[in-house]
Amino acid sequence: MISFLLKRLALVIPALLGVSLLSFALIHLIPGDPVTIMVGERGLTPQRHAEMLHQLGLDKPLWQQFVMYDWNALHGNLGTSIFTRTPVMHDFLQRFPATVELSLAAILFAILIGLPAGVLAAVKRGSWIDHTVMTASLTGYSMPIFWWGLLLILLFSVQLGWTPVSGRLSPEFWITPHTGFMLIDTLRAGDYDAFKDALKHLILPAIVLGTIPLAVIARMTRSSMLEVLGEDYVRTARAKGASPWRVILVHALRNALIPVVTVTGLQVGVMLAGAILTETIFSWPGIGQWMVQAINQRDYPVVQGGILLISSVIILVNLLVDLTYGLINPRIRHTR
Amino acid sequence: MRKSIAALALGASLAAFSLPALAAKTLVYCSEGNPNGFQPALYTDGTTFDASSRTIYDRLVEFKPGSTEIVPGLATSWDVSADGKTYTFHLRRGVKFQTNYGFTPTRDFDADDVLFTFNRMLDKNNPYHMVSGGTYDYFDGMDMPKMIKEIKKVDPYTVQFILNVPNAPFLANMAMDFASIDSAQYADKLAKENKKQDLDLKPIGTGPFELVAYQPDSMIRYKAFAQYWRGKAAIDNLVFAITPNASVRWAKLRAGECQIMAYPNPTDIAAMKADKAIKVESKPGLNVGYLAFNTEKKPFDNLDVRKALYMAINKKSIVDAIFQGTGTVAVNPMPPTIWSYNKAIKDYSYDPAEAKKLLAKAGYPNGFETDLWAMPVSRPYNPDARRMAVMIQSDWAKIGVKAKIVTYEWGEYLKRLGQAEHQTALMGWTGDNGDPDNFLNTLLGCAGVHTTQNIAEWCYQPFQKLTTEAQQTSDVAKRTKLYEQAQEVFHQQVPWVPIDYSTDFMPMSTKVHGYKIQPTGVHVFYGVSLQ
Repeated sequence: MISFLLKRLALVIPALLGVSLLSFALIHLIPGDPVTIMVGERGLTPQRHAEMLHQLGLDKPLWQQFVMYDWNALHGNLGTSIFTRTPVMHDFLQRFPATVELSLAAILFAILIGLPAGVLAAVKRGSWIDHTVMTASLTGYSMPIFWWGLLLILLFSVQLGWTPVSGRLSPEFWITPHTGFMLIDTLRAGDYDAFKDALKHLILPAIVLGTIPLAVIARMTRSSMLEVLGEDYVRTARAKGASPWRVILVHALRNALIPVVTVTGLQVGVMLAGAILTETIFSWPGIGQWMVQAINQRDYPVVQGGILLISSVIILVNLLVDLTYGLINPRIRHTR
Repeated sequence: MRKSIAALALGASLAAFSLPALAAKTLVYCSEGNPNGFQPALYTDGTTFDASSRTIYDRLVEFKPGSTEIVPGLATSWDVSADGKTYTFHLRRGVKFQTNYGFTPTRDFDADDVLFTFNRMLDKNNPYHMVSGGTYDYFDGMDMPKMIKEIKKVDPYTVQFILNVPNAPFLANMAMDFASIDSAQYADKLAKENKKQDLDLKPIGTGPFELVAYQPDSMIRYKAFAQYWRGKAAIDNLVFAITPNASVRWAKLRAGECQIMAYPNPTDIAAMKADKAIKVESKPGLNVGYLAFNTEKKPFDNLDVRKALYMAINKKSIVDAIFQGTGTVAVNPMPPTIWSYNKAIKDYSYDPAEAKKLLAKAGYPNGFETDLWAMPVSRPYNPDARRMAVMIQSDWAKIGVKAKIVTYEWGEYLKRLGQAEHQTALMGWTGDNGDPDNFLNTLLGCAGVHTTQNIAEWCYQPFQKLTTEAQQTSDVAKRTKLYEQAQEVFHQQVPWVPIDYSTDFMPMSTKVHGYKIQPTGVHVFYGVSLQ
């Protein structure tokens, strides 16, 4: 297990280096420099332009900028935002808990609904339940996030007034962030009205962000279950007279879960990408919204730092997924 | 290590923003994005000005609410010397600065504060010059370092600005956001404590609202400054709910989560007007959208060609299609909201037959090929440049001119325009200070050639002579006459096709009273009350 862990960890370093190179190359390949964007139609003499580029260190050769960047990144310094002049790392840490909170809620929603739906569809194969689950998951998977979000807002917030439109907490509440997780912070403060308010704010964005993972999980669970249900050991269990639900939940599901865990892990990456749209629609102060603004403004340090940090998180999650396999399925733990 | 303003303000605000205060009147404004900071001198964007200069700060002179007329601010009056080079400001007495947890002012606003504010930007050796990056783009962009020779404190309540050459728009510049007055006493204290950057992070001004807390991407909280010299604001708390998506802002307004919103989608205006709980205020903007000919390049150096292309464009149908009733057809290179707008000028009529004749006269009976640049971004003066370009393209095709539409990413677009790579290009301008000079000289003056400002690359002496003379005269009647003449010269020479003046819209709850749309585009909440 330890050598397995070490091997997986060793793979992380080239992956991170690759990501930093890619993000660096990408942002410099896109035309347009931050200085012209900063000034807009307000005109700029060539000498002032050069002066500003120099101040920002953008006039150095690319390779020098890259080496400097990686060197600083290794020391935890990801540079300073060109526009707000605050350290990138600081801004990331300030926003990251909001994204984590939203993603956790979304994945929880996706698993709680997707898993039973998939199991049910597999067990009742060919029935109306199966058809409903399959159609709904296909629809969910193809739903454009932007449109889906606005639709829910119009229905539940504007028409019915059940949920707030956007944000994390209504202006009348005032909670000092300790952890950055609004649900925890409101409880810590002992303000139950604020907790309820925060929870209400979380519902719609979590549904929107969780929809695609939900669809993927449901379909994956279904096909994986179908495969397992035909295996000999399931038939054996049945023959031994175990109750049908015991067979399904204990014998079959445990084995069917392995591919589902993989897919769920991969959905974390998809979700961070989806968070960019979801957070913009719901004015959710997480890293998604932060990145959108940075890309629009060509805020190089923020975009580079953001991509690097987000990639690191995805790489870490994949590592965790690999390790989880071992827990579910001892066979993987023991192979080499 | 810089400390987060949010974290600092958060702790502080707990005491300030206790629950009983919530029974008080709170106005929630759905804003469009994060400010870049809270020191207006360092930035150039309207979002930052809304959150800083228009809430926390005051200036020596101000624009009268809802207009570009200059009225007294922290200066009660001013005199201009006969040679037009010395501006003497008489300062208001008894003006209080705000308080925060690190600073309690012991004196009122006076000349030292004015000197500190401007010397920080002007003097490269000022201890504060390089703080927070030390970029003063607007101050530099308005040519202030070249314009100002010296700033003198005559007595504690009199300050003199001595200019190198007479410059009439100077007074209007003093009402601009970058000229917001800081507290010198606060700056001194922070310098002693070696916390200079706090001046920009934890702002103190004389303005109507005090900053309570800022949470990026989420909210900015203010409370009314009780000792504000014009009188405490009618609302007790002001909250900016940061909401980047226009459709979501509209949803929040409808759901009552905010009472007033910024930048509506033009397509939503009709629905907003139909909603009984909502009123939509509107006002012609301080802007112009135009098509510029690169007059340095053939065949656009030929007046007949420019005129022909002008007359071939059906402006009315373009403005109707793009703005759907939210814009008007432009005639002059500046909007009618500015004084000295020449009403006597009659636009060239849409006349493809006459245009064809002019082209033939210029030696292009079968037309020619050109490029037509379209901006990639949406701006108030042009929400959909791509579509506008397509319509112009089809109008020109009718007289045999084949235009190829070219577009680049915004930064690249600006850069290439500055290098005069284009033949014809769509562009526009939102005014800074309501002075005609800010349109005529900035956009069409010789100094702007080969920058992103004069993209017609048009340096025409008879025009330049008029605008220079107007700039150096402080007599408004005389200036008006000169600018009217300059607009005639523009009309005869056709360096641009002025296309539209857009309208600013501000949807709000019917409970909001007293909100005035500012022509300069900033959002001002002093004077607003809630029912």
